[in-house]
Amino acid sequence: MTDAALTLRQVRFEQKQFFRNPASAFFAMVFPVMFLVIFGSINRSSTIATLQGIAFNQFYVPAIIAFGVIGATYTNLAIAMSIRRDLGVLKRMRATPLPAWVFISGVIGNAIVVSLILTVLTTVIGTLFYGVSVPERELGLAIDVVVGALVFCALGLALATVIPNGDAAPAITNFTLLPVVFISGTFGYIDPSSTISRIADLFPVKHFNQAVFAAFDPHGSGIGVSWRDLAVMGIWGVFGVVVALRNFRWEPRRG
Amino acid sequence: MTAAVVARDVRKAYGEVQALRGVSLEVAEGEVFALLGPNGAGKTTLLEILEGFRRPDAGSVSVLGLDPHAAPRELRRQVGIVLQECALPPFLSVSELLDMTAAYYPAPRPVAEIVELVGLADKRDARVKTLSGGQQRRLDLAQALIGDPRLIVLDEPTTGFDPSARRAAWQLVRDIQGLGKTILLTTHYMDEAQHLADRIAVIAHGELIAEGDAASIGGRDKAAAQIRFALPDSVDPASLPVAAVAADGIFLLETDHPTRVLAELTGWAVAHDLELPGLSVSRPSLEDVYLELTRDD
Repeated sequence: MTDAALTLRQVRFEQKQFFRNPASAFFAMVFPVMFLVIFGSINRSSTIATLQGIAFNQFYVPAIIAFGVIGATYTNLAIAMSIRRDLGVLKRMRATPLPAWVFISGVIGNAIVVSLILTVLTTVIGTLFYGVSVPERELGLAIDVVVGALVFCALGLALATVIPNGDAAPAITNFTLLPVVFISGTFGYIDPSSTISRIADLFPVKHFNQAVFAAFDPHGSGIGVSWRDLAVMGIWGVFGVVVALRNFRWEPRRG
Repeated sequence: MTAAVVARDVRKAYGEVQALRGVSLEVAEGEVFALLGPNGAGKTTLLEILEGFRRPDAGSVSVLGLDPHAAPRELRRQVGIVLQECALPPFLSVSELLDMTAAYYPAPRPVAEIVELVGLADKRDARVKTLSGGQQRRLDLAQALIGDPRLIVLDEPTTGFDPSARRAAWQLVRDIQGLGKTILLTTHYMDEAQHLADRIAVIAHGELIAEGDAASIGGRDKAAAQIRFALPDSVDPASLPVAAVAADGIFLLETDHPTRVLAELTGWAVAHDLELPGLSVSRPSLEDVYLELTRDD
């Protein structure tokens, strides 16, 4: 079997493991939808003046897509890989001839599939219940989501290398993520001229929000890809890859 | 016979701790070789070097003719590894896990054959997390066997097993040997080494201190025989025809000529119409040899 075929098989087995694990499947799929329903309902009639008066939910649905993708990639990988390392599952994998890159590709491939499912789910709920319109920029949306998924997979794998053990993984992951999510305006539009917004510009979450929004922006043009935002995310992605490659551990930390 | 595993003067330190201080050994193709030693002796470190997980500080190793560190993928196609701690993905079923693993190997065995071999045929569709600890260990072994390896490395395969589970595991190891595989295992149970291994190496404090088969290791076959007996209270020990040391009412004498000494002793007892309670002749057990070899001093 070629390594490419093996990678596809790994994605399939990763999917089984992901969707059968109530913890991972629930948090990745239900969390974003829950936030969409809560905040989407509260702000149903709000508009955002600085975005040319568009409806809040036209901005919020893309933000929730980004939030869901981050959960399926960054949060999911940082926690799952820490736990698997802690349990010795990674070391056990290492004892087989499966190349490391095929194994990691399987994990990332699953995260991308979950990200795309979430994107479709969030978009459908947004259009059916919250009056969101999708300009014909599906390709742009897919590019934004896949790039974002790859970047946040790299960052999740990087974070896993500094998490000491599986028990600590959820707390550490949320500690690194939630403050950035809040200052990036995921749950409420933040004026771009504010100091908080300029701090958020340094991190990848706000750029991901903007990149996905570009595909939904009723006043936007082109195919809906914000290359400038993707470039900043790309820099973070490279940083994640470097840290992950340098520090990746297959074995539990002993003692 | 060719050697499946060769280690030459392997050394490994973790900081100040010398885990291996120059270990050399050879495992012949087709044999069961046991590394016997107390916890912390360096057994797992040595295995992990042979498996390519760690690099020795000095010395050389060759496994199935390969350098484990230079060719890990090629090596792992031919070596089935069972780690000390069993860690399996909980949400896959038995057959899914084996099916997934089989694809990593060029010529895997059929899943049905392997589940049969390890006694999990009726658990094929069960999720891993629903299996008992012992069943998970057998599944771990099945995962190591699915690729039809030439060499199987088992790190403490029966630690934590109850006696009947250990017997079953031993039978399984013999069945696998019967398939023509080479088996290298570690254990801290003497009876396990004695039952399973064609050859045993005793390792302690990072050094191989004895090597041989179960019957002769540590000079066991050449050691003096020990004759033990008790005397009825009415008999004066001074009247014994042979020199024996008494401890807690049991007399012990060690001799290289047990036949003659025993004849002298029993001839004397019969002549005086005495019965010698608890009379026995023995060689030092593997346990005696092991404890003597690994004594901390």
